[in-house]
Amino acid sequence: MTGPLTSLVLGQAAPAGQWLRQNGDVIVDRGIEHLQLTAISIGLGLVISIALSVIALRYRRTYRPITMAAGVVFTIPSIALFPVLRPYFGLTATTAIIGLTLYTLLFLIRNILVGIESVPADVVEAAEGQGYARNRLFVEIELPLALPVILAGVRIATVTTIGLVTITGLIGYGGFGFFIFDGLRSNLYLPKLLVGALAPMVLALLADGALQLVERALTPWSRRAAG
Amino acid sequence: MGGTMIELRGATKVFSGMDHPAVDHLDLSVPEGELVVFVGPSGCGKTTTLKMINRIVEPTSGTITIGGQNVLDRPAHLVRRDIGYVIQQIGLFPHNTIERNIATVPRLLGWDDDRTAARVDELIGLMGLDPDMKSRYPGELSGGQRQRVGVARALAADPPVLLMDEPYGAVDPLVRTRLQDQLLELQRDLHKTIVFVTHDIDEAIRLGDRIAILNVGGKLEQFDTPEQLLRAPANEFVEDFLGGERGLKRLALRCVGDLGTLPRGSVVSADASGEEAIAAAKAYGGEWCGVLDGDELRGWAWVDEFRGAVRAGDVETRRFRVGISRDSTLREALDAMVRSSTGVAAIFDDRDRYLGMLQLGDLTAEITTGQGHP
Amino acid sequence: MEALIDAVGFLADPGNWAGDRGILVRLIEHIQLCVPALLAAMVVAIPAGVLAGHHRRGQAIGTFIANVGRAIPTLALLVFGLILSVRVLGLGISYWPTVFALFFLALHPLFTNTYTAVKNVDRSLVEAARGMGYDERRLLLEVEVPVASPVIFTAIRIAAVQVVATAPIGALAAGGGFGRFVLDGFGSRDYGLMYAGIILIALLALATERLVDAIERVAVPDGLRLDAEDDVVSVAAASGRAV
Repeated sequence: MTGPLTSLVLGQAAPAGQWLRQNGDVIVDRGIEHLQLTAISIGLGLVISIALSVIALRYRRTYRPITMAAGVVFTIPSIALFPVLRPYFGLTATTAIIGLTLYTLLFLIRNILVGIESVPADVVEAAEGQGYARNRLFVEIELPLALPVILAGVRIATVTTIGLVTITGLIGYGGFGFFIFDGLRSNLYLPKLLVGALAPMVLALLADGALQLVERALTPWSRRAAG
Repeated sequence: MGGTMIELRGATKVFSGMDHPAVDHLDLSVPEGELVVFVGPSGCGKTTTLKMINRIVEPTSGTITIGGQNVLDRPAHLVRRDIGYVIQQIGLFPHNTIERNIATVPRLLGWDDDRTAARVDELIGLMGLDPDMKSRYPGELSGGQRQRVGVARALAADPPVLLMDEPYGAVDPLVRTRLQDQLLELQRDLHKTIVFVTHDIDEAIRLGDRIAILNVGGKLEQFDTPEQLLRAPANEFVEDFLGGERGLKRLALRCVGDLGTLPRGSVVSADASGEEAIAAAKAYGGEWCGVLDGDELRGWAWVDEFRGAVRAGDVETRRFRVGISRDSTLREALDAMVRSSTGVAAIFDDRDRYLGMLQLGDLTAEITTGQGHP
Repeated sequence: MEALIDAVGFLADPGNWAGDRGILVRLIEHIQLCVPALLAAMVVAIPAGVLAGHHRRGQAIGTFIANVGRAIPTLALLVFGLILSVRVLGLGISYWPTVFALFFLALHPLFTNTYTAVKNVDRSLVEAARGMGYDERRLLLEVEVPVASPVIFTAIRIAAVQVVATAPIGALAAGGGFGRFVLDGFGSRDYGLMYAGIILIALLALATERLVDAIERVAVPDGLRLDAEDDVVSVAAASGRAV
């Protein structure tokens, strides 16, 4: 097994290097596209999720419908979602963003709700007892304490979205994923396939790491151990 | 002290889904500057009643006034800023430093930063906390430390009223006694109107100026001073709740110091003769005598051991292993008597100087003179 | 929504069921892709997850794999499958790449959920068993695994549904199964065909879920069974992968 694998790798090294040098700017362009699609979808997803979460918490009857709706989207195979959206929105970035944003909703809404609900009841009661009004309590007490769980949701959503962006290659985008589709069409040209497959992974791991640092920076109190 | 601070009239709470009220038309007046304890079995509504005062639980009907003003007149969160609130799990904000935690209500009230910072320092000193603690987070503190921060937070805006819901329930007995002592000390200086909820009758007796014994449904069985409660329970329920050994519990309410001058007891100076030692023992009604070296109580010896001794100080003595102070309760004095082989409680001051001794007969007098008071 | 009407029409036409490009053939292809991949992944991932959850050191590996696994796009798995089967092993393109991809895909939820299941077995239970004299091997097999089995079955349920619903991706690499309908329909703007494919995939996914659920009912003692409320969606979300 390793024999053919190593000869494969070695055999590809030189032409791969050449291809990379020649197409550097295209790769960077697609990389930027990948980042843009991810950022916009996560940003939009956050806004929508926070809004829906607040509604779900304020009006208990909407809780179940909202969480179920977010979940339903998730069960639609990604390979089907984008083609389904295409007839309505065309081969545009809008289609890609709509699909990607919908996929973030499950993780974001779920984690926002779980995060806020996991704020200890005695802390909330103590806050009420001190004289916190509802809205200020939400902003100064519940939200900060829910932050770790919410950020975990953002991390998962980001990593998943980075992966899903590749599928938007079906409608002409794809970010780094573009090279996968291109490679499939070019008789399995290895450098293209590998860039298309590995670049998103590296990107996802970097994003995950970066968000972990952000979480650490925003929650100084959980760093210190109990006395 | 003053007049009534907190007044409950017909206070009622019915929780949805329950067919009987948790609190049913309770009438109670909490005098200003007193520490009133609500105590009773599970389901008696003591916590619910407490929480109606600051509207954490909204009353179903009835009126509750603080300082003459109906608590329903203003928005709930404003009412609460004038009330200190301490709960069992404390509920310190984990994401705020200790300093921020204590400064909670001042910040909500809009105090300026300097005034707030000064007040925080004042409270840290008052609660005996380490100033270094200000920049730490609750997660780094021990249970007892967190408790004290919780009380500091409640006192921050200097509210006239303090509500405490089983605040010491979750700490071990040693820490609990210390926290109780600290509360009593604070109250001596601050004279707040405190409503304290507990299920522990001994804690109630120890802390309360007045105790409200509640039965299921918020029914007030008796509202009296601890002394009165123990001497004259209103009915069987109160009797049962007070528990056995009421006489002993009453002894716990008085201190050795309250007795005034203390009996000198069966002691002679070291320079006295052996004969004088024997005479002193007989006069006291016992078979032994103690030897005093100036102010220091060296020990005791049996009458037989003094026979033939020229100087009492020459006889070999045994140490008094058990000793109490003027601050000890009479109950502790009784305990000392039971534990020592001499059957007395020897009393010393904080520099171990001998002050006197008590025997059982001295306490009996104390108990009986208390009877028959209204 | 004429496309949907077209889809129903397509499905209703018996002519579309027979034939070597028909629905039945695609169904068999789909199953042929999914079953081996899932079974192979179960053989590898479940024991690994059990061991990782059991040993205290396994925690670092467990969380690492959970994080890294999520970062691998499904499409990348197809790429690896392609490289492995075509370039390295010299196998064909229409079957093996997809199977490998599905195998790798199923590894992550199976491992992660099994690991979590075993890790979350009540510690006091384990301690009591050790105190009674259980050796490590029997502790694992007779205590931890049975107690964790409901969650492990849920993991299998999830993985199975994910595999069935992701197999269409193989169509990109000239694979078969219902994904063929979706891709062909998309490519030729025959949206009726596309929707027909989507409907068939959804139905098969649902049937798979019910099947595994039925197996679980037989295999797991009643006292331990989880509620069916632990639906596919929430646990799928737990493994952090879009279908």
